[in-house]
Amino acid sequence: MTSGEINRRTVLTAAGAAALTGLLAACGSNTGRGGGSDQALQQWYHAYGEPGVQQAVERYAKSYGKAAVTVQWNPGDYDSKLAAGLLAGGVPDVFESTLEISAVRSGQIVPLDDVIGSAKDDFTATILAGHTVDGQVYGIPQAVDMQMLFYRKSMFEAAHVQPPSTVDELIDAARKLTNGDVKGLFAGNDGGVGVLAGPALWSVGLDYVTTEHEVGFDEPSAAVAIGKLRELYTSGTLLQGAVKDWAEPDAFTQGLVAMQWTGLWTMPAVQKALGDDFGVLPWPTLNDSGRPSVPVGAFGAMVNAKSAHIEEAKAFVKWLWVDRTDYQEDFNLSYGFHIPPRQSLADKADKLTKGAAADAVKFVRDNAKSSNPPDWIPSMRTAFSDAVSRSVREGADAGAELKVAAQKTRDELKRLYG
Amino acid sequence: MRRSNTRAFWLFVGPFALGLLAFVYVPIGWSVVLSFFDARNTVTPTDFVGLSNYVDMLTDGPFLRSLGTFSLFALFIVPLTFVLSLGLALLVNGITFMQAFFRSVFFLPAACSYVVASLVWKLSIFNGVRYGLANTVLGWFGAEPVAWIGSTDPPWYWLVLVTLRLWLQLGFYLILFLAGLQRIPKHLYEAAWIDGAKPGWQTLRHITLPQLRTTSVAVLLLNLIAAYQAFDEFYNVLGSSRGYPPFARPPLVYLYYTSLGSGGQDFGHGGAGAVLLALLIAAVTLLQGKVILK
Repeated sequence: MTSGEINRRTVLTAAGAAALTGLLAACGSNTGRGGGSDQALQQWYHAYGEPGVQQAVERYAKSYGKAAVTVQWNPGDYDSKLAAGLLAGGVPDVFESTLEISAVRSGQIVPLDDVIGSAKDDFTATILAGHTVDGQVYGIPQAVDMQMLFYRKSMFEAAHVQPPSTVDELIDAARKLTNGDVKGLFAGNDGGVGVLAGPALWSVGLDYVTTEHEVGFDEPSAAVAIGKLRELYTSGTLLQGAVKDWAEPDAFTQGLVAMQWTGLWTMPAVQKALGDDFGVLPWPTLNDSGRPSVPVGAFGAMVNAKSAHIEEAKAFVKWLWVDRTDYQEDFNLSYGFHIPPRQSLADKADKLTKGAAADAVKFVRDNAKSSNPPDWIPSMRTAFSDAVSRSVREGADAGAELKVAAQKTRDELKRLYG
Repeated sequence: MRRSNTRAFWLFVGPFALGLLAFVYVPIGWSVVLSFFDARNTVTPTDFVGLSNYVDMLTDGPFLRSLGTFSLFALFIVPLTFVLSLGLALLVNGITFMQAFFRSVFFLPAACSYVVASLVWKLSIFNGVRYGLANTVLGWFGAEPVAWIGSTDPPWYWLVLVTLRLWLQLGFYLILFLAGLQRIPKHLYEAAWIDGAKPGWQTLRHITLPQLRTTSVAVLLLNLIAAYQAFDEFYNVLGSSRGYPPFARPPLVYLYYTSLGSGGQDFGHGGAGAVLLALLIAAVTLLQGKVILK
């Protein structure tokens, strides 16, 4: 036995032990608390695309006097990360999210009725409804996002087509505007199945689930409405397979289509590319029982029920998202393009008083439909979108398909509400 | 000496074993436990429901359809991958110059990320606009652009998915076959030729294929498991922020949306589905082994 061998082994052993210690230490400190004081609140955001938002929210947090607030910016798959955080324990204390009834039923978040207080009436009703379960508010809406139909004015004029006010007029317009390299409408690479199914229901006066917790689409007219999407899909007027999907304005700004269904967030890019040569519309109505609609949704600030500082977290949320209206205005209007969820702020915002932006504000006031109600849970969404997809894209019988989805939805509603 | 060997063994194996235990075996065991509970938005459930999650999944139309679709997919893709990679391996093995070059060229795609390859297939080769690669080629012959991924009649998306999978996987199986081929003793062929066997089909049928039996079994097995475990390229080609269409939906993608994706978090049903899928893979694998080894 040579001493050299022993030495080498000893060194390796020591190195291995050091590496292992390092690994364990890394695990130990990675609690997300960042080594701050115990009183510090952790606040999570998903990564907003617009430059400046991260600095802004950090600035807000820093100026809060009553507790230290650490902002964590989360690029990538925020939903999964947040879900894991909430399952694991008390981090984050405050976070932004859309509301799912399952988070309420499993006690993951706390009610914020005392936080919103008398400011409640100032919030747009549809938006607040999206953050309410069983009559209690669980999220304070931060910024409204919406989807609507963008159309190219010059193409409409050239083809002598009026902006459509019914679904049939829209299908007709799409036909007339399709020629050569330009298609009539782009509503996503799935042929609009994903984003237009809700507007289709609303166009005949139906909905996902009713306020009485019943299935909202178990009616013969639902099949008629979905049939119109099938008509669009098979008309050869839809753009499909675009490089960027419906959430980005490229197909519209590049002149590949005369109309595109996309979000309010694209408006700065559209304005930059097309100037005044565009207008916006809600999804039109199909018959007299329906109404034009725009899907709206909002991230809301919520408080983790497992947080060690629930009261402090609630006080912070009240300060930032109820009391500090100047920050809310800054957050909504200084960076990207959102509508403040509070009517008083939306009304006085300069940026929102003219042109297409003013139309968008009007749609949110008059035509808003919740794009993701809290009790429209993933299993219902999957069943419904399967049914729509099979009817529209594969030509299955819409009535029969929707019956299956309605049954699944009914079972789930029964489980949720008894 | 012995003592310090043992210590060194645990020091080197320990971290990996610990990682494997913590991140693989415990989660597998835990998902089996969860499959017997009503576990929504929690991984420490208290509501024991017995086999009801299994009953739900076995009567769940979309889940059964995805199992059916991917059994068909396996039936189609496994022999295709097998024959093509064996064919390529025979060709590469047969050439006498630049063998290392061709071996590397065919193997390279196996080193490519599934996600990156999916995006290349989806966004540049098979996008639906007129300047996509496939549509440009069609355009030379005066054909209209095809929405490769969007169109369901005919289901062109299968062309996209199958070519992508073949491109990504052939190289790996090619290397396995090549290793198998190079282990066949040369004197077997020489003996056969002396006995009057002709090079080509006769020696392939009676010498090469029997000698490749163990390699073939391994290739088929890996292929079959890979077919049922399809996720990455399907999710990245057909999935979108609005979910996944009901066709060509792998069981794992369906389970992902049930138990993890965008707020689903129904771990009970997800766990039950995963156990059922594992059982199905085990059953088909055993069946395949029986048939081949007969």
